[in-house]
This record gives sequence, structure tokens and C-alpha cells, in this order.
Amino acid sequence: MTQYLDFEKPLAEIEGKAEELRALARANEEMDVTGEAAALDAKAAALLSDLYQHLTPWRKCQVARHPQRPHCRDYIDALFTEYTPLAGDRNFADDLAVMGGLARFDDRPVMVIGQEKGDDTKSRIQHNFGMARPEGYRKAVRLMEMADKFGLPVITLVDTPGAYPGKGAEERGQSEAIARSTEKCLQIGVPLVSVIIGEGGSGGAVALATADRVAMLEHSVYSVITPEGCASILWKDAEKMREAAEAMRLTAQDLLKLKVVDRMIPEPLGGAHRGREAAIAAVGDTLRAMLAEMDGKKPKALIKERRQKFLNMGAQGLAA
Amino acid sequence: MNWITNYVRPRINSIFSRREMPENLWQKCDECGTMLFHRELSDNLNVCTNCGHHMAISPRARFQAFFDGGIFAEIAVPDPVADPLQFRDQKKYPDRMKAAQKSTGEKEAMLVATGEIGRTPIVAAAQDFSFMGGSMGMYVGNAIIAAAEEAVKLKRPLILFSAAGGARMQEGILSLMQMPRTTVAVQMLKEAGLPYIVVLTHPTTGGVTASYAMLGDVQIAEPNALICFAGPRVIEQTIREKLPDGFQRAEYLLDHGMLDRVTPRTELRDELINITRMLLGLPPAIRGDLPAPEAETDATAPEAAATAAETAAAPTKESKPAKDAKPAKDPKSK
Repeated sequence: MTQYLDFEKPLAEIEGKAEELRALARANEEMDVTGEAAALDAKAAALLSDLYQHLTPWRKCQVARHPQRPHCRDYIDALFTEYTPLAGDRNFADDLAVMGGLARFDDRPVMVIGQEKGDDTKSRIQHNFGMARPEGYRKAVRLMEMADKFGLPVITLVDTPGAYPGKGAEERGQSEAIARSTEKCLQIGVPLVSVIIGEGGSGGAVALATADRVAMLEHSVYSVITPEGCASILWKDAEKMREAAEAMRLTAQDLLKLKVVDRMIPEPLGGAHRGREAAIAAVGDTLRAMLAEMDGKKPKALIKERRQKFLNMGAQGLAA
Repeated sequence: MNWITNYVRPRINSIFSRREMPENLWQKCDECGTMLFHRELSDNLNVCTNCGHHMAISPRARFQAFFDGGIFAEIAVPDPVADPLQFRDQKKYPDRMKAAQKSTGEKEAMLVATGEIGRTPIVAAAQDFSFMGGSMGMYVGNAIIAAAEEAVKLKRPLILFSAAGGARMQEGILSLMQMPRTTVAVQMLKEAGLPYIVVLTHPTTGGVTASYAMLGDVQIAEPNALICFAGPRVIEQTIREKLPDGFQRAEYLLDHGMLDRVTPRTELRDELINITRMLLGLPPAIRGDLPAPEAETDATAPEAAATAAETAAAPTKESKPAKDAKPAKDPKSK
């Protein structure tokens, strides 16, 4: 059962009616509703296409946060083989908001690291809704170091509302952990490619997305703060998140223009959650293409180009 | 006319009127309420003479007290594209910028300079919390990169005073991109083997803490400075419990192993002279009243100053005037 977002209510009504008709027809064999149901289906399809062709930035945020959107775990299961999770920061704990380990991508050994939000109440709590604590970033640093040592490309899948704002997280150096993770991204002499699959929330995202190539799914978002947070700071009213989302330029389309991301991955009509397999496959194709671009580059060149890429970033603004 | 009223006049004002004629001769300490005479307060680096509370200090005032003889040369920072996102909240971003420039008399939220402390040539950068909360956007990123490049070019340590509410909202994702950008700047220093010392001042929060402000070789904080990633209000809302006293303050971070030292502002200069000289393998600094160094005017001057510093510091050598030392050093530097 698809969960509808609030802006999809008209769609939910039409699809609900079509379903009702069909249920009625199943109960009463003499009734023929094929024509009417098909008309409703066509209407629903047209509406869906219309809705998703013109998603406002705030609606994109809602799609990016959709509970049924494929998460890190789904991508790892579908795109990688021999996934061998590696746990812990060797210091304090294992943070399940960040998952990662050795795996094969097209038979090639890689290190995959990603943020996992969970998909039911229990797993969401377990993964802390994808909000990592310092241990999560320190685990990522550890895995990146290992990848660097053994010459394995690193693939990161970003999906987090942001780093966890908690007492313990602060006491154990949340900011230092994020800074070190970003620093590590800029130090490793192996290819580092990243896909923002849902929410790219602030420092918690950039800590894993400081990569040679960064791609974004069409309806994912990447921003310095949530629109609600931005609205409460600048508008003094968290309810102004629609305006904030517009102003912030957090969509894949805008970020491509700003050259903050290198590629946009189209999503199936109605978002990744309505066509999970197609979305996952498209991410796989993009990862393949981005890794191919890095083939044959020497460690020093990789590091130099990655640093230069970030030094140049933003030089032209939106006018570019 | 606009240019004159919005840019030139505040600059001129900042040079003359603000320091010479403060509107209030007395300022009340926010902490203990003592009325402090402005001159006494500024002589004590805006630290309350009664309770030791550290009030904000502008980068310019800080540098004047920090560098030998109050002499420093500002480093030009490349201008970024203005208003890169064409951002508009309740006000337009360019209007907010103009208001900040008018009220502070500064161009942006970071000042970068070269000069000497205890005859030790350094590069310093200081963030200005009074300028839009010291927030980090493209300009602050450019300033830190310029500071690091200058330090590498001149082979000098970089001392950075941080103060920021976090990222510059109005530059959206580009402010977030300053986290990797400034991290690259820090790496330039590390690879050149140059000390990078961070002094965290009140407050240092958000993306600033989670990038260059936490990557120093030595991490020092001013007393009671708020230093955090997520602010206390956000945390209280998230975990719905009262936070302990002193949470996220400098001393609390020191207790939790996140800082090397907490040092009062009035003792910082001496401490930074000692640390940088030890890290650079230089002899102890000579204390006492030394004549002010000559202002640096061109690219070769710092080299000369560096030589002067070493000769002045080494008691066995006869100290030579800086200008004599310059030609000898020059060929090597090219």
C-alpha cells in the first residue's frame, strides 16, 4: 500500500475510487466496471504525472523523506554482492545510523558506506532515524582508511536529516567527528563516489559526500539546514518552510546548475518509492559510470583533483 | 552616492569615530553588572576587570592588541559572487549585507592579516561575530583559503580565532560547501608542516565547529565560550531534558577531552607566542618592550622580518637591521 503525501490527496481519492469499483466488481460478478476503472486509472496517471513534473522544492523534501523511499540497505542488498558489514569505531560504540563494509560492485571489491534511516518503528529507532552520532562518522573514517590502505574505491550513499543533536553526541565531539570525516574524504587516494538518495542534511551529509563525483536522485534534497530550521531562523516561523525551501535551492536541478553535484539521476514517475527497482537500478548505472570516470587515476591525482573541485566550488553562483 | 554612503563612509567612520569617540563612556558587564570605563575595558581586551567575563572583541581590535606594536598588514581576500543564490527571506540578502557592513564598518565576517607576535612572523585570521553572526559563506571560505595560501607562501604558522553562529543561511548549499573548502585549506598547512592553531571564541557553533575550527594542531578556547555543533536549545527540544550546567562551554569541552587548553584572552598572546615558537623550533621569545616592527609593505618584507625576528631572538648574534638581512635571504626565497 502506497502511503500518500499530503499534496497527493487528490490522487489518493481517485486511486481509492478505482480500487472501490474493482472491489465492488469482484463481489458482484455481473457488474462490469472495466471501462470506468480504466478511466479512473488514466485520470490518476495523468494527475500523478502532472504532480511530479512540477514538484515544488518543499514537496521534493516530502518525497525525499517518504517512509517508503528505498533506503541505503535496499541499495546495498540489490546492487552489491558479498556485502560484509564492518562495525564499530574502536573507541566507544557501533552507530547503526551509519552502515558500511566490504562488498563487491560488479564483482569489483569496494567499500560501501551509507546512512540508514530504517523502515519501521523498531528499525528506525535502531538506526536513530539516520542521524549519526560521532561514532558513526568515526566508523566511516575507519572504513575509508581501510579502503585507502587496500586500494578499494569508496561508495557512499547519503540519506540523513542531519547529525544527531544529542547530549552524548556533543560530549563525545560531534563536530570534531564530522570535521575528521570530511578531512578523511579529502585525503584518501582511492576513487570516492557518492549518491544522495534521500535527504542530504547539512554537515552530517557533507561528511560522507565530499567526493570525486556526487550524484543526486531527482527528488532528493541537499541543504545546509532543513527548510523548517531555516524558516525558524530567518522567518522566525518554522511554518514558513515552503518559502525557505524555495529560497534555499536544495533541489537536484538547482544543485546541478550550481555545480555542487555532478549528475542527476531521474526517478520513476511518482518518485523512487513508486518504482523502487527502477530507481535502484538507475543508481547502480550512475555509480558504474562515475567509477568508470575515475579509472586509471593515480592516488595523488585523485586527491589533487578532489581538492581542486571543492576549492573551485561556488565561484560562479547560480549565474553559471 | 550610494557607494559613498554605504561603503566609504562606514569605512571612514570605523577608522576614526568608533574608537575615538565611543557613544557610551561606560559599559555594563553582561555577567556581573559592573560599570566599566571604556578605556579600561578596551585595555583589558574587553574582559571584565571585575569578574573576568569575556565580552566580544572585534577582529580589528583583537589584532591591534595581538600583533607587535599593533601593526599588521591585511591580506586581500578574493571577492566571491555577491548573493550567489539570489536569496530572499523577509529581507533581500544584499540588503542584510549592507546593513551588516554599515553597523560593523567591515566588509565581511573575517579579517586576515600578517604580522609578528613576539617577533614571530605569523598569519592570523579572525572571525567577526558582529557581522551577521560571523556566519560562514563564500567570503569566509575564501578568507581561510587566502590565509592558508599566504601562510604556506611565507612559511608561517596560521592562528585562527573562530566565532560564528554557523553557516550563512543566505548562501544555502554554498555555505555548506565551505566545510570541505576550508578543510582543504587546513590540509595545505598540514602538508607544508606549518602549525595551525585554533582559538575558539564565544560562540563557535554549527558547520564552523564541524570543519576548520576543530582541525587545529592545538585547540585553545577562551573561558566560558560556547562551542558546539548543535545548539543547546535544539538539543533540549530533541531530548526533552534539562542540560547540565556549563554544557558545551569551553571548560566542559576541556573536561571531555575536546580541547587542549582554556586560556583567558589576556594571557593568550604570550601563550600563542610560546606555542608557535616551540612548534617552529625557534629559541624563546625575548620579553619586554621591543620597538614596533616596521609595517610590511611588499612580498619580500615578511622574509626580512622573519630574519630580523630570528636575529633579534638569538642572544648570541648581534642583531642586524632588517634591511641588511634582506638581500642575503632574497635569492633563496625565489
